[in-house]
Amino acid sequence: MNAAAVRPAIDLSVKVGGLTLRNPVMPASGTFAEGLEKVMDFNRLGAFVTKTITRELRAGNPLPRVVERPGSLINAIGIPSKGVPYFIEKTMPHYAVYDTPLVVSISAPTAEGFASLAAELSIPGIAAIEANISCPNIEEDGKAFAMRAESTEKVTRELRRATDLPLWVKLTPNTGDVPEVARAAEAAGADAVVVANTILSMAIDLKTFKPCLGNIMGGLSGPAIKPIVLRQVFQCAKAVSIPVIGCGGISTAEDAIEYMLAGATAVQVGTATFLQPAAMTTIIDGLETFCLHREIPRAADLIRGVVIEEADEPELSWLDPVS
Amino acid sequence: MSQQPIIAAGGCSAGWKPSIVAELARVVRHAAVNAEYRHLVLDCSEEAAAAQPGQFFQLLCPHPVGEQPFLRRPMSLYGADPDKRQVEFLYKVTGAGTRGLDTLEPGDSLDIMGPLGTGFTLDESMSHIIAVGRGAGLATLAPLAAAAKAKGIKVTAILSARRPELLVSVDLFRSKGAEVIAVTDSEQTSGPANVERILRREIAEGRCDAFFTCGSSRLMRVQQRLAREFGLSGQVAMEQQMACGIGLCYCCVRDFNVDGEIVNRRVCWDGPVFDLMEALP
Repeated sequence: MNAAAVRPAIDLSVKVGGLTLRNPVMPASGTFAEGLEKVMDFNRLGAFVTKTITRELRAGNPLPRVVERPGSLINAIGIPSKGVPYFIEKTMPHYAVYDTPLVVSISAPTAEGFASLAAELSIPGIAAIEANISCPNIEEDGKAFAMRAESTEKVTRELRRATDLPLWVKLTPNTGDVPEVARAAEAAGADAVVVANTILSMAIDLKTFKPCLGNIMGGLSGPAIKPIVLRQVFQCAKAVSIPVIGCGGISTAEDAIEYMLAGATAVQVGTATFLQPAAMTTIIDGLETFCLHREIPRAADLIRGVVIEEADEPELSWLDPVS
Repeated sequence: MSQQPIIAAGGCSAGWKPSIVAELARVVRHAAVNAEYRHLVLDCSEEAAAAQPGQFFQLLCPHPVGEQPFLRRPMSLYGADPDKRQVEFLYKVTGAGTRGLDTLEPGDSLDIMGPLGTGFTLDESMSHIIAVGRGAGLATLAPLAAAAKAKGIKVTAILSARRPELLVSVDLFRSKGAEVIAVTDSEQTSGPANVERILRREIAEGRCDAFFTCGSSRLMRVQQRLAREFGLSGQVAMEQQMACGIGLCYCCVRDFNVDGEIVNRRVCWDGPVFDLMEALP
């Protein structure tokens, strides 16, 4: 690696949940694997985020597992997992050769299960834990811990006790008050929240009248969901003081910048990689170019940079009672 | 949004180079070969033109009027010419993606990503192989003809279709010196029993030391049975709905029988070509 040649003119580094990343761009869990090595230089990424690991071996959901809709994708993969020993022995060594922090995404059916998995994976080579308490494809009827503040607080507290690693908690967009859930995660000791996961959704085949997915329901991702999740990132960044990592429909550098302006400290790129496999490195390049052109010395200066004009004092004179 | 910008995968590790690229290829020729199939020839990069038989590309298809295909579409390689830097595809218009492809004219660009997956293996011990294809398999098996000829391996191709005029790849196989046996539904020659009779004759006459197949579960089962009976090897190219095409999403998994154990594999990354004996229909 030639460090001198790659030092950008712009400081792209960000501090997120106990880690300093060389830039704010990382993959979204479930859309990243070793195969991308053939497409991009892994030493350019801000972090690696693994596909979610579970303790139990999981086969995943029945097929079909994805269906496309305009500007979006619905998936119900169902977290196929080969378990912890496979991850440690077979998957981790792939990433050990890179100078990029490895964030491991975990899931479990109970708070205790999350805690014991986090403890077992708090080992050299893992830089942070991302607790996926929001996958819509695991629990019956799309339920997840992150739909409620109480269950989020409980699972986060257990996780906090179990690991000293930076703890990122991945929230769901499928609930009425995401900022309240973010506050619960912060209160229980999360170092960052990831906002958000996919949006619980459905599609029906008009030839057969059957659901398009084997799991009936799935999670919507892709450009179509960006404005919704962007709004949730904005709300959460106002509600908590820990970093918010934005994740939802980011395909371009402009999308990533919009998320940072809304309050994201870093961003995760998922579905975009399915269309343009080098999307993440293209976004990193675009972010640097944007900062250069706008003379913004540090990408971190973009965070929470949205300009909200204070409303003028309302002109009430015409309402004054005639005296 | 019918085309997305070309992506350059820049690297910072010394000497690092991508081996899978997404690039804008240019349409050289695009013509119907019969009532169903269209032949697309593209100018592309050296990396894309290095594609091997059995590999595939993910095509970001133009949007046909009134439709918005979101994902790329997997398309098996029909031909690759490293000298001319060209790749070829043979496809049938069946859905939104291929309806979009159908709109391409010479000079247009098409975003292609590849080459992807593990293709066919032609091994030095083979002297005469049999290719058995139907449907999309007729296109997928076609590049074997030139690859086998280059290695001095003889080929018998059993090509199956509903009607004789819907057969494709016949001339291509013949031009590379392959023996072509066409079987069709309309002539009542394409059933598994007749294909098995042909295969048994080829085996008996020493013209088969490996099977290569794609596009028919029924014909695959016949070959599995004969391979077991005669101790022959085989390879099958499998199809499955895909999203990412590079092993990330686990959308395209299939079950395989590996020594009696059912194993889940990704068609895009672990295949699309698999050991004939491990494949399940």
